[in-house]
Amino acid sequence: METDHADPAWAIEVRGVVKRFGMVRALDGVDLVAKEGEVLGLLGPNGAGKTTLVRVLTTLLKPDSGSARVLGLDVVRDEGKLRERIGLAGQYAAVDENLTGLENLTMVGRLYGADRRPAKVRAAELLEQFELVEAGRRPAKTYSGGMRRRLDLAAALVAKPPVLFLDEPTTGLDPRGRLGLWDVIESLVAGGTTALLTTQYLDEADRLANRIAVIDHGRLIAEGTSDQLKDQVGGERLEVQLEAGADPRAAARALVPMSDEPPSADGTIITVSVREHRGAIMEAVRRLAEAGVAVDDLALRRPTLDDVFLALTGHAAEEPREQEDEAA
Amino acid sequence: MRRLVTDTLIIAERNLIRLPRAPELLIAFTIQPIMFVLLFRYVFGGAIRTPGYSYVDFLIPGIIVQNIAFGGFVTALGLNEDVHKGLIDRFRSLPMARAAVLAGRTASDIVTNALSMTILLITGVIIGFAFHTSALHAIAGVALLLFFGFAFSWFFAFVGLLTSTPESANSVAFIAVFPLTFISSAFVPVSSMPEPLKSFAMVNPFTKVVDAMRHLWLGAPAHNSVWASIVWTVVIIAIFSPLAVARYRRAAGG
Repeated sequence: METDHADPAWAIEVRGVVKRFGMVRALDGVDLVAKEGEVLGLLGPNGAGKTTLVRVLTTLLKPDSGSARVLGLDVVRDEGKLRERIGLAGQYAAVDENLTGLENLTMVGRLYGADRRPAKVRAAELLEQFELVEAGRRPAKTYSGGMRRRLDLAAALVAKPPVLFLDEPTTGLDPRGRLGLWDVIESLVAGGTTALLTTQYLDEADRLANRIAVIDHGRLIAEGTSDQLKDQVGGERLEVQLEAGADPRAAARALVPMSDEPPSADGTIITVSVREHRGAIMEAVRRLAEAGVAVDDLALRRPTLDDVFLALTGHAAEEPREQEDEAA
Repeated sequence: MRRLVTDTLIIAERNLIRLPRAPELLIAFTIQPIMFVLLFRYVFGGAIRTPGYSYVDFLIPGIIVQNIAFGGFVTALGLNEDVHKGLIDRFRSLPMARAAVLAGRTASDIVTNALSMTILLITGVIIGFAFHTSALHAIAGVALLLFFGFAFSWFFAFVGLLTSTPESANSVAFIAVFPLTFISSAFVPVSSMPEPLKSFAMVNPFTKVVDAMRHLWLGAPAHNSVWASIVWTVVIIAIFSPLAVARYRRAAGG
């Protein structure tokens, strides 16, 4: 089997993984690698297969075909050893609500094989790191959403695992909670931990990940750094806001020579992806003036990952989808 | 194997720590059975004839068996909650013994069952119950009860993993177990029932266990009840522990 020649340089290595749930192919032949020390963002809408892939990599699900390795350990054959070297923080903050923060972390430490005393010391250390010292004595059911996520994340770090899986770590948090958790994750991965982070938020992937893999319908559809992905959808976007009564078709015609793609019009807003961003504004103003189109406002912006997602999949990233429960 | 024992104890400890913090469960363990004892003793007791025994002596073994059978209910609710809150995923991603989650559950039920049995016995003694046999017999009865309760915990583990919500776990358990405990010798002599209930009650494992308890605690004739109870208990474990384990694997997505 070719999978026996695993490349130890990859911290995470996924080759042709397929996972079916009944008729649904949740994973439809995914190939993915991550280097040691890298934060790989796995970006996709609900039901794209992100959680399924995390579950395969953390040995919670067996793939139907293909192979997956973490630190060279096969998710099926070496599942026991693999579990000693990973930490998982899930979507739904898997902590015991009736235990205190300290009890939760101590329990996890003991289940990793530590004795009670060292497990407790480590738990106290983590509570400090995650600013939960005060809350550590209260049952987790009294925690806010953000505190629960931090505790969940702390539980994933109990054994100082070299590879972390963060499955939608901020889903459902309010903006303040998200920003707080981003800071925590950033400082974590700054220490050189390899992490696979799934998210349906483009700004989250943009901020936290070194490299982004875009997944949709169980397939990998694009991969690269945030900049590379943005380049894939062309250059910068020129947005022209026309004055009321101006002719959008005339405006679009005037801008055609500036781009390889036809301009798109949405009411009185014309968007065109420009070939060369230097001088683009001046050129647009000149062309529109020559065409006799009155302009209200004009701006040049870098494409966002939203644009990337729309261009790659034909639908927006955060639009609700039917296969809600991919973890079933 | 050492790992399994350690991890089972860690999980059992966790289940027991959280118990006093979920007061509704604690009430189910303490107030509710006491209420049943008092209701049966004072409301129905006067109307039920139990030749050879006072009704309180007759009642206490029966109601304790019923209560023990429901003791595993904590397992059903707990597992159901663990699956839906994602805690099972956490456990399964840890390098712990896989069987420990279920074993820890059923093991902690033994402790809660012992607790509720003690409460019922104390209540019983206050309202006039007394052991009529040797200490050895009484202790054998306690052991048999805990063993039987452990078997039922595996049934409840299966129910808890089978159902999608705590409410449905509740109704499945209630509909399946409640009639079984009533169509038995627990509260009235079987001879007072009409056919076909009487025939059913005669073979009902609850009747066997209740009769065995009356033998061990009151000195009633044993017939085959002690052996039949042990056989039933083993059979229940043999059926429901593999079912629960299989269900656990599925619920956990493996």
